[in-house]
Amino acid sequence: MRMPVPDPSVIARRAEIARNLRALVGPDGVIDGADALRAYDCDGMSAYRQPPMLVALPRGTGEVVRVLKYCHAHNVRIVPRGAGTGLSGGALPLADAVTVGLARMNRIIEVDYANRCVVAEPGVTNLGVTDAVRSAGFYYAPDPSSQIACSIGGNVAENSGGVHCLKYGLTVHNVLGVELVLMDGEVVRLGGKHLDTPGLDLLGVVIGSEGLLGIVTQVTVRILKAPETARAMMMGFASNESAGDCVGRIISAGIIPGGMEMMDRPAIRASEEYAHAGYPLDVESLLLVELDGPAVEVEHLVKRVEEIARAAGATTLTISRDAAERERIWAGRKAAFPAIGRLSPDYLCMDGTIPRRKLPEVLAKIAELSRRYNLGVANVFHAGDGNLHPLILFDANVGDELDRAERFGADILRACIAAGGVLTGEHGVGIEKRDLMPEMFSPLDLEQQHRLKCAFDPSGLLNPGKVFPTLHRCADHGMMRVHKNETRFPDLPRF
Amino acid sequence: MSEIFKPARPAAVAEVLVQAKGAIEVRGRGSKRALGRPVPEGLAVLDLSGLAGITLYEPEELVMSARAGTPIADVRAALAEKNQELAFDPPDYSGLFGGRDAGTLGGAIACNLSGSRRIKSGAARDHILGFAGVNGRGEEFKSGGRVMKNVTGFDLSKLIAGSYGTLAALTDVTVKVLPRPEKIRTVLVFGLAADPAVGVLRESLGSSHEVAAAAYLPQDVAQTSAVDLVARAGASVAALRIEGHGPSAEYRCRALKGVLDGRGATEELHTQKSEIFWREVRDVAAFAADPVAQIWRLSVPPADGARVAGAIAARLKGRYFLDWGGGLVWFALAPLPDAGAEVVRSVLPPDGGQATLIRAEAGVRARVAVFQPLPPALAELTRRVKEGFDPDRRLNPGRMFADV
Repeated sequence: MRMPVPDPSVIARRAEIARNLRALVGPDGVIDGADALRAYDCDGMSAYRQPPMLVALPRGTGEVVRVLKYCHAHNVRIVPRGAGTGLSGGALPLADAVTVGLARMNRIIEVDYANRCVVAEPGVTNLGVTDAVRSAGFYYAPDPSSQIACSIGGNVAENSGGVHCLKYGLTVHNVLGVELVLMDGEVVRLGGKHLDTPGLDLLGVVIGSEGLLGIVTQVTVRILKAPETARAMMMGFASNESAGDCVGRIISAGIIPGGMEMMDRPAIRASEEYAHAGYPLDVESLLLVELDGPAVEVEHLVKRVEEIARAAGATTLTISRDAAERERIWAGRKAAFPAIGRLSPDYLCMDGTIPRRKLPEVLAKIAELSRRYNLGVANVFHAGDGNLHPLILFDANVGDELDRAERFGADILRACIAAGGVLTGEHGVGIEKRDLMPEMFSPLDLEQQHRLKCAFDPSGLLNPGKVFPTLHRCADHGMMRVHKNETRFPDLPRF
Repeated sequence: MSEIFKPARPAAVAEVLVQAKGAIEVRGRGSKRALGRPVPEGLAVLDLSGLAGITLYEPEELVMSARAGTPIADVRAALAEKNQELAFDPPDYSGLFGGRDAGTLGGAIACNLSGSRRIKSGAARDHILGFAGVNGRGEEFKSGGRVMKNVTGFDLSKLIAGSYGTLAALTDVTVKVLPRPEKIRTVLVFGLAADPAVGVLRESLGSSHEVAAAAYLPQDVAQTSAVDLVARAGASVAALRIEGHGPSAEYRCRALKGVLDGRGATEELHTQKSEIFWREVRDVAAFAADPVAQIWRLSVPPADGARVAGAIAARLKGRYFLDWGGGLVWFALAPLPDAGAEVVRSVLPPDGGQATLIRAEAGVRARVAVFQPLPPALAELTRRVKEGFDPDRRLNPGRMFADV
């Protein structure tokens, strides 16, 4: 992975920079010991590691401003970092950069039920926002699988989704405002407790900008009243085509389920062996549908979806009768990544999005590539929104399997783009898919994006080397590599 | 007489911007031309209404792509055939501005105007999946795609929404479309003063009954409605929209009435009457009849709505109503040389809110800040963003701010 060349003159000033930063954020706010720095050497994409030159841990907006002003004035690069759970290397440190960790800014600033919003510091976890309002029956809708650990600031950087995003939206649809510190230390407030920011919608473009435009120091999110009830349905099909067809029929009937997930045969078998969720083993494709809302609505829709599934050729059909059954149906899906990880010493997780009806075509292509590269693959699919996660199975210790797996992965992403899809649905570009960006964007498309970057950060000091391809490409294409099922956060569900 | 370019295909838009020298007015069908700061007289015009037609519509995928100049009416008709809709519900301001119709899809996106369901379904910017356009350099570029979930690169679609043609001339847009609700119900609560009415809206929106829209019309506004139950109430009306699958909408409507028991007399509108009522609210129909009134639109924290409206009404002569659960204040006032801008903006809460002068004659809009003035750091950032797209300030110069 080619990263910006470290500036030796900055590294030579390391001790002086550490001393000056300590004066800005306090003695316990700077990490410079080699062992301690190693804890920050990667994010959730652990295949690439680089200890940062220094870590600064500000406790408030004022300290973030002081750190950025100092680094801007002294030409020191900055890498922002939330909880470090990202899967595309967006928080990968640089040898000559200060990693600014927001973990200590973890206060809920305000719960405002009258305006149905929460104001939080960026280091509050995603689930921490819901925890703050749960007692009143409210919740924060986007629920990425890492929600017990990932931070709301990181969610803003990545525009995180979750299983429920077809119905309830992504981060960008649920954030009302942010306070943002620019690289030169200027503070801007975008949005607030009101809707529709004045002037250009800079809030909308800051969300999902992967830490390249500024550091978010405060987030205002909208909260919703939790649905009265939810039920899960599990349907088996004899082919991926008929499962995909069923999804299309559900949506055509005017039904937008809270969640809709598909798994192919290898993924079903692996999950069932691991989680014993009661999945049928004699089907090619499994569709999970969750319906939520008032009990009257859920009952009504369960019946309609059942009729649709039968008409679409479902060979098995289970409907949860209580919360425990619903949990059990989801347990298999939530365990899919570690379950597949048990089948193979290593796997790569891809993250393309495709138009849903192209699923059979893309799956056929993936099967063909699987034969060509002689490597196994299992597929899980956020069926409602077309986000496909093929998991490529390989053993890095055997011959050229790693190389084959990476080429296989890049070919899958090319197939997604050819089908009208995109490189990444939810994991972000980071460093992982950076060099594949020209597959999707023309030089002018990328230049326009880069000009936006320049408007926010003319110095180019903020998170350089991410998202935009460098002049020289490297062979590492868009994937999250997992060795012996060891992810950096093995306990977090990934789905 | 201005020179008018009306390209018939997307590629010709870039040719126009390369060939034409200097600044240019970008417009669709001109339905919202009177919204915003006036662009200088005599500019050449880039008329995008010739770029029309739906290029992709896949109802099962909830996606539609169309040329930017496609009339909203055509989009709505095509969606209605498949029982779908644009959930952000772009308003039709032809009544306010005297236009021919609701304008184009590109125009709805470029102005980021949304209807009453903004609070639940989101704004235009929340429904745009991707676009193609031409920047001020005459360069064709695109962003986003046609899929629901996409984090590949910066989401320029959001920035384009609400940029009033100052960053790019749109050629194509792709939007998320949604199933039309089977049934719509509206719970009406009569006779509340503004403050308790906003309390009712707030309580309803904070319930689990998925209220899709929440408005409050004082009596002088309610009486202009074409819906009898509203017009003849002889009282103010708080209105709560519930929509969805048949049994669900009926159940939630009943349940909501239970929640609001004792707050005032209630009534219920069914689908057809509800559609008429909410179209009036969306299109600000109550103020359309008075052609000279100056009209403000304030976006504030919802709990501040009644206070803000009351504070303006105490100092300026006019009428108002509230939408978005109190978070949107519409105010029509008798014409003033500064359109009451100082008063209107002085009552905004210190840390959240904005006021847009939606309608006033061109001379007033040239003098008075139409869009909420930005704090210095944000204004400077906005100027740099503009330069990144249009360094020579060719596209709709001055339409949003003097230097944007």
